[in-house]
Amino acid sequence: MEILMAIVIGILFTSAVYLMLSKSLLRIIIGTGLLSHGAHLLILTMGGLKRGSVPILGEHAKSYVDPIPQALILTAIVISFGVTSFFLVLAYRAYQELGTDNMDQMRGTESND
Amino acid sequence: MSLLHLAIIAPFLMAIFIPFLYKGFRRIHTGWFVLIVPILLFSYFLHFIPIVKGNETVTKTIRWIPSLNIELTAFVDGLGLLFALLITGIGSLVVLYSIFYLSKKKEQLHNFYVYLLLFMGAMLGVVLSDNLISLYMFWEFTSISSFLLIGYWYQRDGSRYGAQKSMLITVFGGLAMLGGFLLLYIMGGTFSIRELIGMADVLMSKSLFVPAMLLILLGAFTKSAQFPFHIWLPDAMEAPTPVSAYLHSATMVKAGLYLVARMSPIFAEHALWLWLVGSFGIFTMTWGSFNAVKQTDLKGILAFSTVSQLGLIMSLLGVGAAALHYKNMDENLFIVATVAAIFHLINHATFKGSLFMVVGIIDHETGTRDIRKLGGLMGLMPITFTIALIGSFSMAGLPPFNGFLSKEMFFTGMVRVLDMDFFSLDTWGILFPVLAWVGSIFTFLYSMVLFFKTFSGRLQQEKLERKPHEAPFGMLLPPIILASLVVIFGFFPNILTYNIIEPAVGAILPSLLKPGEHFVGHISFWHGFTVELFMTIGVITGGTLLYITYPKWKKVYTIIPEKLTLNSMYDRGLYWAETGSYQLTRTYMTGFIRTYLVYIFIFFIGITGVTLYVKDAFKLDTSNVAPIGSYEVVLALIVLAGSATILLAKSRLTSIIALGAIGYTVSLFFVLFRAPDLALTQLVIETVSVALFLLAFYHLPPLNRHERSVGFKLSNALISLGVGLIVTLVAISAHSNKLFDSIAKYYIENTHDKAGGENMVNVILVDFRGFDTMFEICVLGIAALGIYGMVKLRLTQGGKADEKK
Repeated sequence: MEILMAIVIGILFTSAVYLMLSKSLLRIIIGTGLLSHGAHLLILTMGGLKRGSVPILGEHAKSYVDPIPQALILTAIVISFGVTSFFLVLAYRAYQELGTDNMDQMRGTESND
Repeated sequence: MSLLHLAIIAPFLMAIFIPFLYKGFRRIHTGWFVLIVPILLFSYFLHFIPIVKGNETVTKTIRWIPSLNIELTAFVDGLGLLFALLITGIGSLVVLYSIFYLSKKKEQLHNFYVYLLLFMGAMLGVVLSDNLISLYMFWEFTSISSFLLIGYWYQRDGSRYGAQKSMLITVFGGLAMLGGFLLLYIMGGTFSIRELIGMADVLMSKSLFVPAMLLILLGAFTKSAQFPFHIWLPDAMEAPTPVSAYLHSATMVKAGLYLVARMSPIFAEHALWLWLVGSFGIFTMTWGSFNAVKQTDLKGILAFSTVSQLGLIMSLLGVGAAALHYKNMDENLFIVATVAAIFHLINHATFKGSLFMVVGIIDHETGTRDIRKLGGLMGLMPITFTIALIGSFSMAGLPPFNGFLSKEMFFTGMVRVLDMDFFSLDTWGILFPVLAWVGSIFTFLYSMVLFFKTFSGRLQQEKLERKPHEAPFGMLLPPIILASLVVIFGFFPNILTYNIIEPAVGAILPSLLKPGEHFVGHISFWHGFTVELFMTIGVITGGTLLYITYPKWKKVYTIIPEKLTLNSMYDRGLYWAETGSYQLTRTYMTGFIRTYLVYIFIFFIGITGVTLYVKDAFKLDTSNVAPIGSYEVVLALIVLAGSATILLAKSRLTSIIALGAIGYTVSLFFVLFRAPDLALTQLVIETVSVALFLLAFYHLPPLNRHERSVGFKLSNALISLGVGLIVTLVAISAHSNKLFDSIAKYYIENTHDKAGGENMVNVILVDFRGFDTMFEICVLGIAALGIYGMVKLRLTQGGKADEKK
């Protein structure tokens, strides 16, 4: 299972990087979204999959899955949500002010290097 | 703190008060206050003469950074005392001269004297330091204060150019020297020069010995304007003339000589030392004197003359090192070179100082320093004329002045190189006397040019700005004193022999002088028909012939085209360094975010891939994997399809929905992998995100796929495939190398007992690892405030905040 997940994560990373290399700001933001999905799944996979029950004591199971990666991912999800929404509004404001979402046109000019 | 330390820092202390004295007593020339310092110091240092005469030394130590072996050790021996007397003695005369040279009304005197005092203190520190690090500190102080003094008239382009050039070259050398000092420390384990001298034999066998020597010599050569680093000195002539007289003839440029002399006991037994110091010195001497002849500016002549004379002393110091190979004092013929070096060092300071002052007087009284405009000043300025005569004839090496004596000894030293039978000096050694003789002819020539073109011939009143007349007495006094010294040392050289020269030579060649022994009075041997005398006669006849025929052969100087001169090479080097680095930066700093991301990703692929390959780290171990279920395969296919949709989507909406689909798939993965909290959070957040995307994108342009060519896409595709592949490989190998068990057991056991909860994830988040959560809340808070700020706050062009209502 872990090997299949590694491949899925690889696919997510590939698409994310491809999107981040494009010129449209929107595609870059979508790329970062995919990248964080990939990273979250990677953490979970590396913690080991399907070895026991849901990490809630009431289950009275013999073994539970590792709760630590889940706690880490939960933190990461919230942070990436915060950053993504900030970026979205930034992109929105940039488009409002500059009239473009093409990253090539957003580079500094000679005078403000 | 001892009196000696106080003497070293006295100029620094005085420098603090100068601005107040300048503002407080506007009617008195600030220089009069300054004058007290060097005069007091000079008299103070005089009382060391009896001490060092008996081959004794004085050492005073202040602990500065004891844990790093750095101390402020003041150390007076013959060599240090000689320099200290030069610095304070000529310093007093220069200050006196500057009082009459610089106008009280027009000049910013407080700047001038602060810089000058800073320099004086730094120079005293250099020559009286025993600790290498404090020596280096004072050394850089001299560079900085010299920079400030050269750029004193900072409104002129030439001053700024000269200051920058000297700064770059001397600081380059200074840093190299620091490197050499550190190598010495690594080898010897101490920063104290005396202790290093004590272990010279041990140091010589170390592998760092030669690098240390080369680096220290680099520092000495740049400071003392040796070929090819002499180019800063002529440009430093933009400084006020008192500065040129003080720094660029008598003191700072001799710091390199001091360093070579001081380091001689450590390095001089090595063949390389003799060859490097000797050959660079003698070549600089010839090259400098050759170039001095073509100058038309009086200070230009003096600058190249200084370069040449410094080369002369340097070559003598180099050749003098041969003395160390003959331990027997009686047969030691080569010690004369070192004696000559010290003697000429004193002589040069006297006559060159007076000549600079003369040039300053001429500049002051006629308004020009160009020899093509000058002439016939003999009758108008009789005193200046006399001083110039003494100075330039001494410089040319004519009797009865002191330059003659030291020039004779110079020839003796060089001729005796022929007797040396080691380091292949018996073959190439012939170059030393030949170059010395040629250099001396040109020295004679430019001394005569300097003297006759200025004072003899016809007065060209129409070319002069002012009517020339004799300078005020105060301005003439310092050069008169120096010129009298030239004459006195010429007739009575033995005043110096046992008082100053011998202790200094003793410091340079410490192993040779046993207590109670003397380096027999060489200087009194100056009569008789020797080879040197005939060489001098040859110099005079050759020089006279060349002077008469100068117009015929002056084309020689145009043989080297402008492009190949050292100055234009330096300028072009600087230009290429600037444009080159600008071009280089422009090629990789393109301003496109894609380029930088490409660098980052390629670096990531390269580093990780190479590490995986080199360390043979890839490992596939299937013993520890969970079985694959059919649900997961379906979800994996959905992720694949979603990614493809985003990549190929033409409309904004499609890609948002595909992103949302992937997000929900991820939450389904969380369900399958038994993470209920994650699944919940992911569902909610994905929903909010998609809503946000939709909301924000309402205002945004259609999803643009700005790619133009297939090639562009292909390179992107290759890079992204590389990143994906590397991540997969790393994930698989990391999972196959489980080194130790998880610490999850503790959490599982204690969630209920110690924290009183059932849900392990939640207990970890708020109890075991609550700090993470607190700051994650902060992140959300900051993001919210940031978004609010971005939407609400609008800065207009004028920078005024304009709240959007």
